[in-house]
Amino acid sequence: MSAKTDVKTYSGFKFMTLLCLVILYAPLIVVTVYSFNASKSITVWEGLSLRWYADVFVGPESGKFKQAAINSFVIAIVAATISTTIATLAATAIVRGGKFRLRTASLGLISLPLMVPEIVTAVALLIFYNSIGFDRGLLTILVAHIAFCIPFAYLPIQARMQGIEDTYEQAAMDLYATKAQAFRRVLLPLMMPGIISGFLLAFIVSLDDFIITNFVKGAGVETLPTAIFGSVKQGLKPNIMAISTMLLAVSIVMVTISYFVSKSDNTK
Amino acid sequence: MNDDAQIAVDVRDAVKRYGDFTALQKISLGIRDNEFFTLLGPSGCGKTTLLRMIAGFEDVTEGAIFLYGDEIATLPPHQRPVNTVFQNYALFPHMTILDNVGFGLEMRGKSKSEARARAGEMLELVQLSQFAARKPSQLSGGQQQRVALARALAPSPKVLLLDEPLSALDLKLRKAMQIELKHIQRETGITFIFVTHDQEEALTMSDRIAVMSAGRMQQLGEPKDIYERPRNMFVADFIGETNLLEVSVDAINDGRAICHLGGGHELTCNAVDEVGVGSKVHMSVRPERLFLSDQPTESESLKGTIVENIFIGTDITTIIDLNDGPNFTVRTSNSDRGNKRIFEPGAQAYVNMEAGSARLLVD
Amino acid sequence: MAGGAASGGSSAADTYAGARNWLLMPSWVVLIVFVLAPVCMMLIYSFLTKEFRGGVIWEFSLKAYDQFFCDRGLFGDEPCAIEWTYITIFWRSIWQAGAATILSLIIGFPTAYFIATRPERTRAMWVFLITIPYWVNLLIRTVSMKFLLRDQGPLNDFLISIGLIDSPLHIINTNLAVQLGLFYSYLPFMVLPIYASVERYNFALSEAAADLYATKWTTLRRILLPAVKPGVIAGCILVFVPSLGAFLAPDLLGGAKNFMIGSLIEEQFKGNAGNWPFGAAASMILLTMVLIILLIFARQQRKAEATS
Repeated sequence: MSAKTDVKTYSGFKFMTLLCLVILYAPLIVVTVYSFNASKSITVWEGLSLRWYADVFVGPESGKFKQAAINSFVIAIVAATISTTIATLAATAIVRGGKFRLRTASLGLISLPLMVPEIVTAVALLIFYNSIGFDRGLLTILVAHIAFCIPFAYLPIQARMQGIEDTYEQAAMDLYATKAQAFRRVLLPLMMPGIISGFLLAFIVSLDDFIITNFVKGAGVETLPTAIFGSVKQGLKPNIMAISTMLLAVSIVMVTISYFVSKSDNTK
Repeated sequence: MNDDAQIAVDVRDAVKRYGDFTALQKISLGIRDNEFFTLLGPSGCGKTTLLRMIAGFEDVTEGAIFLYGDEIATLPPHQRPVNTVFQNYALFPHMTILDNVGFGLEMRGKSKSEARARAGEMLELVQLSQFAARKPSQLSGGQQQRVALARALAPSPKVLLLDEPLSALDLKLRKAMQIELKHIQRETGITFIFVTHDQEEALTMSDRIAVMSAGRMQQLGEPKDIYERPRNMFVADFIGETNLLEVSVDAINDGRAICHLGGGHELTCNAVDEVGVGSKVHMSVRPERLFLSDQPTESESLKGTIVENIFIGTDITTIIDLNDGPNFTVRTSNSDRGNKRIFEPGAQAYVNMEAGSARLLVD
Repeated sequence: MAGGAASGGSSAADTYAGARNWLLMPSWVVLIVFVLAPVCMMLIYSFLTKEFRGGVIWEFSLKAYDQFFCDRGLFGDEPCAIEWTYITIFWRSIWQAGAATILSLIIGFPTAYFIATRPERTRAMWVFLITIPYWVNLLIRTVSMKFLLRDQGPLNDFLISIGLIDSPLHIINTNLAVQLGLFYSYLPFMVLPIYASVERYNFALSEAAADLYATKWTTLRRILLPAVKPGVIAGCILVFVPSLGAFLAPDLLGGAKNFMIGSLIEEQFKGNAGNWPFGAAASMILLTMVLIILLIFARQQRKAEATS
């Protein structure tokens, strides 16, 4: 093209971008492909088969994985719902609460889980639960997930809300809506894409978490990541690749939803 | 000046402060029932703040606001029977046009079907019925503007507040909307309070204008009044074009002030009460009240040299330098060019005006 | 906005100012009780005495920090000499995280730049492509990486089949494997902030530089890079900080020789062999390091904002 006159284009940058994509996708593609391998060994390719998917559902470890999957999804749905609700309220206070003394402190508190390394949060929660005598189990996992999902739910909601001018609520109140009605009828629908993005992000982050869950889960309680980790520690097996591929599919569905939510606009 | 029943909105000694900054300093004004009232001033003058105080979006630091005799300054916006047309319309982007227009009625407790029926009527009034099912983003700026108007009028407010509603429209559309707005105001008989920074718009539409600057009211009056008899420098300068000259007052008799322009030139101005003999003040004379001639006329005449002519379509603007004195700008209508001579730059000529054209100003 | 200066005093929207304490209450309660209080409790634990079956005895002790920094000989009664074991692990973590950050920058900067200079309608698609892997479970990504890099794995098979190498490369259980794993885990965090700042960059500046005889690479170095520096720094922080305390990549890809902070801490809480006060102390040291980095970063960003 007109690379000579175009100051924007640097030769080689396109190559780097493609390299970047190859690095990002190669492992995922390879695992997906090998999850359909008919062979019992992970090294040899023996043709297409769904046997490892069948193994996940009816094989010797199926009970463990089923329970882990149920735990993971229940925790992710509940934690994402609660943290998104909390984040929506907090964003309303911070973006629509005027200037106030504790604003910076509130923002700092909300972003705290992002600043503290995950392993440190994990250790801190373990110690905390232990010192107050909170028996470790599903509930301890859930509470931990709610807390560290708040900033992930919060950020897209705040971003969306900052883009909504406050004249919309003012117009609603000028037209005889109370503050609560203005929130429900005008602000909330306009915030909805941000809320959905926040929910999906919180959901994925909860589903994704290994290290904190590993610390605060009770004995015998497993989520998908801890169950997979335990299995991988004993060696890579093809059924793990089948599970991974299914989780990959879940992630891609979620990210696609979030993509279309951010594209779609209830104002058109 | 009016009995209370005639006053729609009565602002009494309203003050607005943000911390140390005073946005409005003791404003008092009475807006009459059924009037098209304009708050005019440059940005930052406090006009929008005043409007928002009437609407209920800003609290009143000191003073009171009455709406048909009822104190409203402490009521939240949703309890005030006034509606606003916002500067950028603030149409709810997730609702259809019909639901937007019906929103206020619904909030006042009307059923959804009642609200829709009335909203339909309002859309007819602004000739947008065919767009009822669309979303605001599918409408042009002018159409959105009319929807905003219909939405604000639908609940039949006692007073309609308009916050620079035409500023986003292009010139042609703006002119058309000015006339339409005026019509709608006459038809509905609702008191309009209109905020603008555009003096031409204010002069065209208003029954009365309050000129504001730096949080103070500078002058209140009918458009002709404000244009012809500006009270102070700010109003004279802000409204229309004018020649503002520093003068010293030599003598005053019978409402006429003999003023000294410098360079030996003298002029008779309309005196005002606040200015006494010996004071150095400004005087204003509109360029279209001046005319040029090659001989002095029987009225006020000042001799000078033509500097340049500027052609601006309907008019020609001429700048003339009084010898050893100030410059004057003279406006000659293009249509009567036939009877008036155009002087070339460098030519000697006289600037003339009829007695009473020049006015002394309070600073 | 007309009248803007006058209403400037209330520039922050305050529709729900009246309810803001109630709105903030849930987040305050949850985050104070379940993040802030636990961190404080951890600080206290780091000054307690360890109990042998895991847990603590409530007795003040500096033993945990002493164990971290001091070598007191076989019987623990010698004067303090510097203990290198844990400092080495921390140093290795910093080095690994740093290498992963540089790797991410080398790949991430051109990528971010390339995406930001695409036509506007395709940009969202490119960003989408880069972010998809981030949405995939980190454990699964790390396992995939492990699978790919194995001695008999697809990467070695591929390299042998095209004749580039004769015998498999031993990547797994090396420093390089950990760096690749970290790089792979956090690469999108490098791309996105750089992308955001390049997108805001005014390319007329590049044209002006070119007009004044600067070559492309000089323009990149002297004009573009200073302008997008905040994004580059943000990207580096976002990769470096989580890499520092990472557990999965070093644990699954690094093996025993390539122990990092995350594994060291984890080990202190595993079963009866653990040492809770020591784990808490190591966590506090990591947290302090991270907070110092973030503080410097925040100050830098504020300075950059003040000058732009």
